[in-house]
Parts: sequence; structure tokens; C-alpha cells
Amino acid sequence: MTLIAFILLAVLATVGYVLNRQAAAAITADGTRLHSLKHFHGLFSLLSVLVPVLVLLCLYLALQTPIINMVTMASLPDGVLDGMGDGAQQLVLAEIRSVSQGRVFGTPEDWKIIAAERMVALYQYADIAMVTMVIILSSVILVLTRRRVTAEFRARQAAETIIHGFMIACSTVAILTTIGIILALAFEAIRFFEMVPFTDFLFGVNWEPQIPIREDQIAAEGAFGWLPVIVGTAVVATIAMLLATPIGLLTAIYLNEFAPRGLRAVVKPVLEILAGVPTVVYGFFAILVVAPALRGAGADLGIGISPNTALAAGGVMGIMLIPFISSFADDALSAVPRALRDGSLAIGATRGETMLKVQFPAAIPGIVGGVLLAVSRAIGETMIVVMAAGLMANLTINPLDSVTTVTVQIVTLLIGDTAFDNPKTLAAFALGLMLFILTLGINVLALRIVRKYREIYD
Amino acid sequence: MVDTTQMGTPPRKTSLTHSSAQVARRKRKDVVLQGFGIAAILIAFSVLFILVASLVRTGYTAFVQTHVTLEVFVDPGEISEEGLPRGGFRDVLTAALLENLPEADPDEDARAVRNILSNGAQFDLRDRVVADPSLIGQTITLTAPVSDPFDQLNKGGVNRETPEDQRRVNNQEVAWFDTLAEAGLISTPFNIGLFTHADSRFPELAGLKGAIVGSFWALLTCFVISFPIGIGAAIYLEEFAPRNRMSDFIEVNINNLAAVPSVVFGLLALAVFLNWFGLPRSAPFVGGMTLALMTMPTIIIATRAALKAVPPSIREAALGVGASKQQVVFGHVLPLAMPGILTGTIIGLAQALGETAPLLLIGMNAFITSAASSPFDASTALPTQIFIWADSPERGFVSRTSAAILVLLGFLVTMNAIAIYLRNKFERRW
Repeated sequence: MTLIAFILLAVLATVGYVLNRQAAAAITADGTRLHSLKHFHGLFSLLSVLVPVLVLLCLYLALQTPIINMVTMASLPDGVLDGMGDGAQQLVLAEIRSVSQGRVFGTPEDWKIIAAERMVALYQYADIAMVTMVIILSSVILVLTRRRVTAEFRARQAAETIIHGFMIACSTVAILTTIGIILALAFEAIRFFEMVPFTDFLFGVNWEPQIPIREDQIAAEGAFGWLPVIVGTAVVATIAMLLATPIGLLTAIYLNEFAPRGLRAVVKPVLEILAGVPTVVYGFFAILVVAPALRGAGADLGIGISPNTALAAGGVMGIMLIPFISSFADDALSAVPRALRDGSLAIGATRGETMLKVQFPAAIPGIVGGVLLAVSRAIGETMIVVMAAGLMANLTINPLDSVTTVTVQIVTLLIGDTAFDNPKTLAAFALGLMLFILTLGINVLALRIVRKYREIYD
Repeated sequence: MVDTTQMGTPPRKTSLTHSSAQVARRKRKDVVLQGFGIAAILIAFSVLFILVASLVRTGYTAFVQTHVTLEVFVDPGEISEEGLPRGGFRDVLTAALLENLPEADPDEDARAVRNILSNGAQFDLRDRVVADPSLIGQTITLTAPVSDPFDQLNKGGVNRETPEDQRRVNNQEVAWFDTLAEAGLISTPFNIGLFTHADSRFPELAGLKGAIVGSFWALLTCFVISFPIGIGAAIYLEEFAPRNRMSDFIEVNINNLAAVPSVVFGLLALAVFLNWFGLPRSAPFVGGMTLALMTMPTIIIATRAALKAVPPSIREAALGVGASKQQVVFGHVLPLAMPGILTGTIIGLAQALGETAPLLLIGMNAFITSAASSPFDASTALPTQIFIWADSPERGFVSRTSAAILVLLGFLVTMNAIAIYLRNKFERRW
């Protein structure tokens, strides 16, 4: 039915285009001059139908399910939901939903079957209502726009105003996304901090995110301290940066100053390939090759290395960041005015000296910006650590040990079933909020440094 | 004083042909710096080589699958036309195997012999008999995959030298397999099932169809949403927006969104799309919407760069003959910028194809044994399928994971190649 609604809308909008265009053509038949071209009369009708109805249709689809859920739950017989928590009510709703879709497990109670039938009926009504809405609304707009076709009507301006509005709406999507992220994270995080005090979260040294099954378990209190998690993140990110920064910078220096043209033409695409490899692939590489190799090396040297050592995750993450840093540094070095380099060479400095003492210092702001962005990536990187780092939160800075990171905890807490009424799930959003704030801070700083630097030379 | 010190040091002997020790030292430093640079590049290259080599080494075996060809007598005593689709298909298959294994005891070894065949073989046979009940009572030729341990044995994944108790197949089973191989019943054709089957608990039956279809729906959704919105936003910001605080703020927002960790977008999708709007879990549609939010900044940035590259003379010429500002943009600037926009879009979609973390959070890592028929059905995607298989303990899934990664990388390389081709073919330089 949804598809039918969209097709109907497209057909009606096209009809509007054709009708108005023909109407405009009819006016010109006796030699009258139109203000706007025929095409714009058609376009005006097309857009007038398409834009409002499309927006309404999307809103309708987005709100349909929650409203039907609410109506179904509200119409259940009195008393069946008494004493149920949020989670249990969600389960009932899920069961009714699966029954309504024909997936019956076991023998549900009668009231659930009745509710499921009501839900099916509601969806049918909703579908019919949707299609009717599309037809009526589109037809009304069609008639209204058709009546506006006159020789004087400024159809081009009208159509362009709609397009202009659409483009403004598009560009606000970025803002809406940011607002959405902040609201979603803050809303759930606040619910988390109602259950776990903020100071416990910020300064606690134990991270054991279990939900208490019995009332007297200690897991509910003091087990949500994020220090071991953020320290683990720092350990992994540091290892990654220690590997990626020197290799990335040296690569950029060599490519920028010394590499023959042919070599540059080969190395650059290869680095782009490295940058384009999905992180899940790096994660599998870490558990398939790097971690066993490290363990083997450790065993040969007589050092005990944990199977989930931070070295494996951090090292592979470093490899992932090499192309990122090298391309940023390359751009920064290329942006240094050539006069600086030529001047240095002219007074007798070697190319190496020119690079290290003139070009590199001049490019430092851009390079620092790139490295900071790489740090923010390292902190927010998920799949490599989910696959290669540990789950247990150990408060340690030993890179041979197993550590966990913020992103690992977010994924493990939310994978599988999620109910939004316990601290275990909500803790993931608190961690997500901290992650967002942290990376946002680093990004803003980095972009500011890069931008400020550009102002000097451009 | 100055004179004496100067007399103390020998005069420098530099010329174009003879360099002093100091110059030689300085030049050596240059060489060392270059050496470091080359070493860094070699490290990056060798890592990429090891990465690809290890994936190919573990993954190539999954592109072929060991099959056994059996003459199966569809015993009317086990399978009756009335009883379909139920029937003793498994026993029929076991009997066919036992016929080829004279050394196995039909009673005691039946269970062990049966395990040579994949669990899916009986369903293949059932489907054939259900489609054509006249086969009952006849002898038909059936080619079916063998189960994972024997597949590994055939591909060399099991070392025959290891002691029996540390091996996944015992000596007896190895002997049986060799008997079948000597009889010419074992074949190792290309593993079509890798692309025509959905996920399965049994490695020899697991395929990527569900994941590829899921990724297709997610990318389609992502494209349909992010392409028009991204271009609309880019055109507005580049061509129409007044330079004021609002447009500055939007720009800062876009740049920041491009650097927000992907897992945060997953959290957004979980809280807003699933929890507030009640959209279905594990649906490629929701995954596509999430990916669209992440791809949009890439498309906007690429589109703006492409629009900027169109020379102002084009705009001025069009304005000069009386076109409106929008006619200039949509009639002249946008078509000229299209190759650049498409290149950026394809690269953005390639990134979205490899994105895993947000899809995990909206549940696209579920175990689903059929391909999605619409973007609203539960499904996996290629990267999440890789994640699931990488987590599976069975040996057979290691090579499947590598093979899935090779398939994913194949898609990515193809997309990037198309992008580069478009750029080289259509991009104009002024």
C-alpha cells in the first residue's frame, strides 16, 4: 500500500504538470504572450503537489506505527497490564505484533489474539486512509494550481520559490542531525544519571555493567565508573598514534619532496586503498593475523601476552590511520608557499634540511590539525576494537594486557535485545554522550587550527 | 683574536667537484631521511600485502566446495507419495553412502556415515522428490555438499599427520572419505552456494545472498535519501546562501558531522528511528537511513567542490542572456558539475557499504536464513555478515569470513573503479 501511495503521488504530480502545461499552451494559441514559459507552469503544479504531500506522507509513515501501538495498548482489557514494568509491556506489544503478522508461537491468551486482530484492522484502516489522503489532497492542489494558470501568472517565480525552500530545508538537515544526536544522547543519558549518580560515573574505577537480578546485589551501585573504560581507550589510541604518526609523516615527507613522479603515482592510490578498507576487515585481520603473531612472538621472548592485547587492536588501528595522517600532512606540506622552499634551497640548504627546517615547521598547524583528527578517529573507531580488544574493564596502562574501550562497551551493551528501562542499556548512551563530546571537542579544535593556518598563506 | 682562531682552522676546501666533510655529512643526513621515508612506505605496502595475502590464503578455499555424487535409490519403503514432504530422506541418503563404503558396518556406523553429508543434502533430495513424485522407486544421481569437517579434509585444512585425538575427523572417517575419493565420487566445483544461499548454522551451506541483498536495499535507501538532499544542500550553500552566521553554522555542522564516530550515528538510529518512531529492527531501510545521514556530509562536500570548479564565465554568460539564477544553476552549472558529484557520491556510497558499527546497533547482525524481499524485512548486510561469521567458532567459517571480505572488497574496488572512470572520462578542466 505504501508503494501504491507513492506511485499515485508520482502519477498525480505528473498529471498536474501535463494539465498546467497544456493550459498554458492553450493561452498562447491565440497569440497571447505568457509571463512564464509553459514548462514553468507545469513545474509549478508538479512541485505544489509533490512537496507538501510527500512531506505529509513521510510524517504519516513515521507516526503510523507508534500511534497504532498506543491505540492497541490503550484498548487492551482492563487489568491485564497491571503491575507490569515498561519492559514487560514492550514484550506484550511485541507478541501482539508478531501474532498480527501471522507468527504465532505457543498459545497466546485470547485478549492478545483480539488485540492482534484489532492491530491488523487498524493497519488496514491506516493504509486506506493514507491512499485516500494522497488522492484527495493531490486532487485539491491540482484543481487549485490549475485555476492559477493565466497569462500574467509568474509561474517561474512561484516554482523557484518552492525549489528555494526545498534547498533551504535540505541544508538544515545537517543541523537537524546534530540536534537529533545531541537530544537522543542527552535524553537517554539523563535517564541514566537519574539511576546512577554523575560523580560515580565520572570518577568510579569499576566498570561492571550488570543489571541486578536480585534487590541486594551490589552490581547496581558503584559498578558504572567509566575510568577503566576511558583509560583503555586512551591506551589503544596512544598505541595507534605512536605507530601511525611517524610512518604517516615520513611517508608524506618522502612523497612530497623526494619521490619520483612515477613512484608517487603508485604510492598514492595504494594508500587510498588502505584508507578505503572497511574497519571490519581490519578487525578480522587483527584477530586472524596480528594477535596470534604477537602472542607467538611474546611466547618466544618469554613474555605473557593476553590474547586480546591492546597492542593488536592499537597496532591495526595505527595501520588504518597511516593513510589518513599522510594525506593530511601531504596536503599541509603542499600548501606551504613554494617561495619558502626555493629560498631555502637557494641559500644552499639541502632538500632534507629545507624539508625539516623550513617546510615542515611552516606546515605544522595543518599537520597538527590532521593528527588531532586522527586521534578523534582512533577514539571513535569501533569495529577493530570490538573484534580485537577485550570486554573486561581493567584499569591498566600495560599495552600487553587486555583493555576495553568506550566504543566496545557501547556495542556490547546494545547488541542483542535492548529495553530502554535499565541502567545497563542507558549506560551505553551515557558513554556515547561522553564519546560525542570528546570527539566533537577534538574536531572543533582541529578544524580551527587548520582554518587559522589557511588564513596565513591564502 | 679573530685572526688567530681563523688561522687555527684549516681553510675550507670546497668546490663543485670536491665537497668537504661537512657537506658530505649533510648530504648523508638527506639520504637517511629519504631512507626513513622509503621504509615508512615499505611498511605500509607490506601491511597491505600481508592483509590481502592472508585473506586470499584463508579465503580462496571457500570459493570451492567439496561435493559427493551418489546414486540414490529413492526407497518407496522410506518415502511415500502420500507422506510428502515428510519422509526418510536422511536414511535413504545414508543407505546410498553405505553402498559405496563396503568396510562400514550398516548398523553401527550408520550415524557416523550420515555425518559425511551436509545437513542440507536431505532437503535438496526432498525438494527434488516433492517437485517430481514419480522419482519414488527410481535411482537418481544426487550431488550434494559434504559437511564441514570433510570439506576441510579435502581442502587440506585437516592435517592427516596430527594425532587422531586432536583431529576433527578420526582415522575411520578419513578412510571412508578416501574410499569415496578413490571411487571418483568426490568433486570440488565452484561454490555457487556462496552467492545463492543465505546464512546458515552449517558453514558448508552458509552463503552471502541475504547479506548482499540486505546491503543492496540499505545502499538504495541511502542513495535515494542522501543524493537529492545532499545536492540540494550543497547547491543552496554554494550558490544561493547569503554569507551570514546561519550559513557559517551550517558549514561547521556539516564538517563536524563528517567526523562524528559512526557508532554515535548508530546510537541516534537506535534512540530515534527504533525507539521513538517504532520502525522495525534489523530492517535495511533503517540501516539505509542511518547510512544516509553519514553519507550526506561526504556528498555535500564533494558537490560543493564540483560546483566551485565550474568557471564563473559559464554563469555570467547564462545570466547575460537573461536566465534566472536557478536556470543558470540547474541548466548549466549542475550538468557540468555532475561527473564530480557522481564521483563523490559513489565514493560516499562505497564508504557506507563498508560501515558496520551503526548497523550492529540497529540489529542487522541477526541470524536470518532467508534473503529480504523488501527493505522492511529483517536482514543482515555484508559487513555485519562478516562480523557474525568472524565470531562463529566453526573452522569452516574462517574461510567463509575471508571469502566474504574478498567479495566485499570486490564490490568496493568495482565502485571506486567506476568513480575513477567517470572522473577521467567526463570531468572537464578549464
